[in-house]
Amino acid sequence: MTLLFQLLVNGLIVGALYGVVAMSFVLIYKASRIVNFAQGEFLLIGAWTCWWLLTHWQLPFWIGFPITLAFMLAFGVILQIVVLRPMIGEPIISVIMVTIGLSIVFQAAMKWMFGVFAKPFPQIFASPTVNLFGLEVQTVYVMSLLISILIMAGFGWFFKYSRVGLAMRATAFDQQVAQSLGISVRHMFAMSWAISAMVSAVAGVTVGVVNGVSSALSFFGIKVFPAVILGGLDSVIGAVVGGLIVGVLENLAHYLDSQWLNWGNMYEIAPFYVLIAILMIKPYGLFGTKDIERV
Amino acid sequence: MASVSIIPSGDYKTSYGSDTTIFPTKTSRNFAILGVVLLLACPAFMDRYWLSLLIQIGYLGIAALGLNILVGFTGQISIGHSAFFGFGAFASAWLSNSLGVPVALAIPLAGVVTTLVGLLFGMPAARLKGLYLAIATLAAQYILQDFFARADWFTGGTAGTIAEPLTIFGFAFDTDERFFYVALVALVVMYILATNLMRTRDGRALVAVRDHYLSAEIMGINLTKYRTMSFGISAFYAGIGGALYAHYLQFVSVEGFTILFSIQFLGMIIIGGLGSIMGTLMGTAFMVFLPEAMQALTKLVSGTALDTALNLKDNIAFLREMSIGLVIILFLVFEPDGLAHRWKQIKAYWKLYPFSH
Repeated sequence: MTLLFQLLVNGLIVGALYGVVAMSFVLIYKASRIVNFAQGEFLLIGAWTCWWLLTHWQLPFWIGFPITLAFMLAFGVILQIVVLRPMIGEPIISVIMVTIGLSIVFQAAMKWMFGVFAKPFPQIFASPTVNLFGLEVQTVYVMSLLISILIMAGFGWFFKYSRVGLAMRATAFDQQVAQSLGISVRHMFAMSWAISAMVSAVAGVTVGVVNGVSSALSFFGIKVFPAVILGGLDSVIGAVVGGLIVGVLENLAHYLDSQWLNWGNMYEIAPFYVLIAILMIKPYGLFGTKDIERV
Repeated sequence: MASVSIIPSGDYKTSYGSDTTIFPTKTSRNFAILGVVLLLACPAFMDRYWLSLLIQIGYLGIAALGLNILVGFTGQISIGHSAFFGFGAFASAWLSNSLGVPVALAIPLAGVVTTLVGLLFGMPAARLKGLYLAIATLAAQYILQDFFARADWFTGGTAGTIAEPLTIFGFAFDTDERFFYVALVALVVMYILATNLMRTRDGRALVAVRDHYLSAEIMGINLTKYRTMSFGISAFYAGIGGALYAHYLQFVSVEGFTILFSIQFLGMIIIGGLGSIMGTLMGTAFMVFLPEAMQALTKLVSGTALDTALNLKDNIAFLREMSIGLVIILFLVFEPDGLAHRWKQIKAYWKLYPFSH
């Protein structure tokens, strides 16, 4: 029973991270209708950058981390301008393939620069575990949960009250109307990529601190798909809920598997079975808008 | 061939019949026959390295053609093609090893079995399109990959499985020189089949589904049927390609059929040209020669400052991986219609020379 409870807590923590990554995925999709298959590589690049600053330059975390974020901001904007802007108006297959191509290039480049083996982050917290409600939980997990909640709340505030956030929502709703109201759609696109890259980097650093940095991080970008499809592709709340559900679900599947089924590897694969099931039953997800097509 | 976005000037057709011939002109037909005859003579003067590359183009080209029928002609995206390719390879090996089916029969049978699996995963495809389908096939890729790793009875688990060489009437096609003819015959047959498919009512229906599925439905084309069918056809081609791969290498390991391989297939058809049958072959050749070109490039700069700075020798695998991604991006940005389109333009230029345009 304790094992089950521990797994559920783990699931919630990992799920919150999925939620954060899913949110940044949805952000890009909502703003520019681009499906970013390179989302996982954003995590990877952010984590490696932070790791490099912390180990190679021996910077303290509170300096290295903001530099990482600044770098990711610039990276997101440049990527959008150089690669994604020419793809506006191209068929969906081209756009998907460009982001897939990007993901391959980044992954290979990261392996080239930093090697294929996982490398641990330098110690950030004094005590490795804290006691929460009688459970030994790693401090980084608590931190990651806090960060996730903070980011989610930040997103909520950003889209509800800030001027830029409102402009982004307007762009997502209707680009032409937004343009006629004086919103620069180009800026909004670039901004959505920048924010998405930054938020992903935060998630990447968090996971990196927990598990060490390796190219396995980019698998987060794949795991995001079950979450966003479950929640609905264009719903930020859906992304969070979907992420949490997927996180809990894979841990439950792991529990079932280790206790009774012994099929092995259910932790990795269960979300994909769920993904197919959702696509069959309710393709637009829990919170997504249903496309109505008129001729 | 379908999907001619822009018909180059000087391309005159006066009847529907002439628009749907396999070869646009007599010259092009003669050149194609000449090409095949020249290829038949290849094993006589080529060394094993080049032959193995050509055989690779053969089986990969067949599988890529299946993907092009699905993506280029029907407009359905699939990111799980290598899983079907792998399934074909394992199915053929399993059929000949466990059930004692002769290899010559196991290869087409593997195609049929893979078709069934393709139809199973194609069922969501009937309801989905575009992005959702891409994600569904991504899930299929991971599920099938997991199945390969787990199903010991079928794939031999982590140890992999051994495939018998193809034998017809006691003559074993077990060397590169011999297998080359198998690959060539299979390639020609499969490409003629695909070209003919596109000349039929079914082929035109697939193109109609791609171009405007609502209009297609109104014209009486059964969307569900044709979407599922194109998924089945694509899986069939992948299965045949995979089976040839298995009996060529005579060994199939479970690790090979990753998502990167699937993306390579997509890269082949994008580089060659979506919705172009000859383009598929060009794209496959490009994709096969690309890593070799990278290898040659590394050799060329070895010893220079660039080489020592980047440590190219140890990182050649990453360089290859990167080049695949880069080529896909560059083609999409600068030549979205692929090599087939470029080839057509070159032909049109010389046709009207010196009065082009």
